[in-house]
Amino acid sequence: MGTPEHDELVGDAPTVATRFALAQRAGGIVGPLLTTALAFLIGGLVVLASGANPLSTYRAIFEGSGLNWLFPWVRGVDRSFAAGNLQQTLLLTTALVLCGLAVGFAFRSGLFNIGGQGQYLVGSIFAVWIGSSFLRMNGPLHILLAIAASTVAGALYAGLAGVLKAVVGAHEVITTIMLNWIAVWVGSWLFGQGGALQSHGGGGSFPTSNPVADSAHLPVFWGSASLQGLDIGFFVALACLVLYAATLERTTLGFEVRAVGFNPQASRYAGMSVARTYAIAMAIAGAFAGLAGAVDVLGWQFSVGVNDVQSSQIGFIAIAVAVLGRNRAVGIFCSALLFGALLNGTATRNLDPTVFRPELASNLTLIIQGLVILFVGADVLLLWIWQRRPRRTAPA
Amino acid sequence: MSTWAERLDGPVWARLRDARTFGVAGIVVGVCAALVALPPVTARSPLYPALLGIAAAILGLAAALRGERRVGWGAFAIGVIGIVLGVLATRSSTGNLNLVFTASLIASMFVFSTPLVFGAIAGTFSERSGVVNIGLEGMMLMGAFWGVYGADKGKSWAVGILVAMLAGGLLALVHAYFAIHLRADQIVGGTAVNFLALGITGYFFFQLYHGDNVPTGVSTIPDVKIPGLEHVHFFQAAFGKLNLMVWLSFALVVVAWFVLFKTAIGLRIRACGEHPRAADTVGISVYAIRYGCVVLSGMLAALGGAYLSIGFGGGAFTENMTAGRGFIALAAMIFGNWRPFGALGASLLFGFSTALAYRLPAYSGSAATLFQALPYVLTLIAVAGVIGRTSPPAADGKPYRKQ
Repeated sequence: MGTPEHDELVGDAPTVATRFALAQRAGGIVGPLLTTALAFLIGGLVVLASGANPLSTYRAIFEGSGLNWLFPWVRGVDRSFAAGNLQQTLLLTTALVLCGLAVGFAFRSGLFNIGGQGQYLVGSIFAVWIGSSFLRMNGPLHILLAIAASTVAGALYAGLAGVLKAVVGAHEVITTIMLNWIAVWVGSWLFGQGGALQSHGGGGSFPTSNPVADSAHLPVFWGSASLQGLDIGFFVALACLVLYAATLERTTLGFEVRAVGFNPQASRYAGMSVARTYAIAMAIAGAFAGLAGAVDVLGWQFSVGVNDVQSSQIGFIAIAVAVLGRNRAVGIFCSALLFGALLNGTATRNLDPTVFRPELASNLTLIIQGLVILFVGADVLLLWIWQRRPRRTAPA
Repeated sequence: MSTWAERLDGPVWARLRDARTFGVAGIVVGVCAALVALPPVTARSPLYPALLGIAAAILGLAAALRGERRVGWGAFAIGVIGIVLGVLATRSSTGNLNLVFTASLIASMFVFSTPLVFGAIAGTFSERSGVVNIGLEGMMLMGAFWGVYGADKGKSWAVGILVAMLAGGLLALVHAYFAIHLRADQIVGGTAVNFLALGITGYFFFQLYHGDNVPTGVSTIPDVKIPGLEHVHFFQAAFGKLNLMVWLSFALVVVAWFVLFKTAIGLRIRACGEHPRAADTVGISVYAIRYGCVVLSGMLAALGGAYLSIGFGGGAFTENMTAGRGFIALAAMIFGNWRPFGALGASLLFGFSTALAYRLPAYSGSAATLFQALPYVLTLIAVAGVIGRTSPPAADGKPYRKQ
């Protein structure tokens, strides 16, 4: 590293973090807002092309997400209906915030944690295991134990990728992709037919895991516990947002993480251990994702089916959340809310099928996600503006 | 008259004493350690696999100590695994063994490895030119859906293949534009491309086919029947009736190896992936080469996807049909060290492990599920550098700015 030839090779390659720093300097929140609008515009064209009205479609998605609860003029049955929808949206937002922090924290150290999904699954597995055993334990202690185990498991799982990066230079994207699929198959094995954590009660047609003990459920503070109301996991996510911002902005560790993210060579010359920072940053990232798995399992899932393990996408959507949120706490919250609302608003049970078919709409969500990642990831609009500004100084 | 010692220095002997030869021999012997306990040999004493496995491990150690670390430790590991598998097989009943290890296991290995070969070669082209392509999964998925659509509307599987390649190439063009011209982060771009493909194929699946299965009777890619094999018991079951795409994938590996390592254009591609500035200085258009390779990569990956839907899939499409095969293909490319024949070997290994996983329920259903994780564990071990280092192209994933 650091040889002239090497510098020449990487000199043209801005890391995600330096690109992100450029974006911060060049307009902050404007870029993400405009690119989101652009993605929705293209999404609207797709809706139009399939013969539906984009405005009424987006309106229906908005109402399906329950965000109309925020309008004081929504009253009566509509209001309680909207409240139920909003609780669902915020449940999704909770997981997306935590997984988004997992992707974002690694991003800030210059690493691409594409393994949020695997870390989330490992967290779910440990939460199911602890939650469905130790049945005599007292409730709050049981919950704390399950959350702690999931968080540590997620941290170790991601830390493995961090250590491999630090010690042998294995690319974290490759290792985390592999760890994702290992988690999927280990989860399918544990919860599946003949697995160690498979539930033998219930007559469901798909194999599913043992249920979490009632005493280990997270308390619901809004809505009915029997109808998947909003549990206190939401506050856990909010607390983690504060913790994330505080760690990055106010601690030595956070400073090192950001410094390594901006420029690993300079950080090394300044006496920081880049390898150690990589390992710690990945472990902290994994802790957030593992926590997300625990909060989901203890908050509303209670038992995890094999098809849930194999089809869950939360860790991947979290990449869109972190990229759109520019790895900032506030940004991650806003984009998690946006994607949570989109996911919930296009769900089959929420979207009015006479306006737009929910099957199409859920795929529309995927297209919008893809466009957002593509545009924000490349700073399309920023580059466009950048190229049109008067040339006074050389671009960074 | 040359003396005995002089003759040992001859070219043939020198080749035989080469550390690499020891390692390769160790790998072969290690594989045999597991094979002797399986049909058709079916040795019933654990002694045979143990002896062969130990021999493989010794050969591997000898190679490793003399500098061939990757092959040597590989042979050592295969020897140990061979002992374990061989001894396990001698403990199993012959009935179960005959049920699982048939000649059709080889045929189904090819079935599972073919999409991986297409995907891995696709990835090799893209990454050799310096563009990381984790959008392989999405490009395969595009091929799977649009292949069905083309075969259905065009009434011919050939049209299906063409439409699939067009769709995969278009998606790859998007990735190429963002990666090359806009110099976006290539991993972010690849992730986006995967989402886009999932959304686009799902959307049009519901729009054009209402989410039901495509009408039956879609033209599918034919099998190739080899004349003269009908009466040869083992080969008939293994090779007699393979899909055209299986044979095409073998041909593709040879062509890819030839193009990449034996032609001028291949040298240019590799130069762009190793040191784009140097390539630019001698007049190679880095952008053109990279665009070409990424689009080619999308087309090849789409072929792998088309094989899934209108090849062995029998003309059916389901949402997210590729189910991670693009990522296994990526793993195969890395495991094969960014080389076509390495990619083929890794794809065959991963295909074999999948084929085996589908038969293992004869022993234990849950173990068969866990077995599916094997390709990923192997790749993790490979990139962790336990068995030597994998070496990606030096400028892989680094955007290039013209000067």
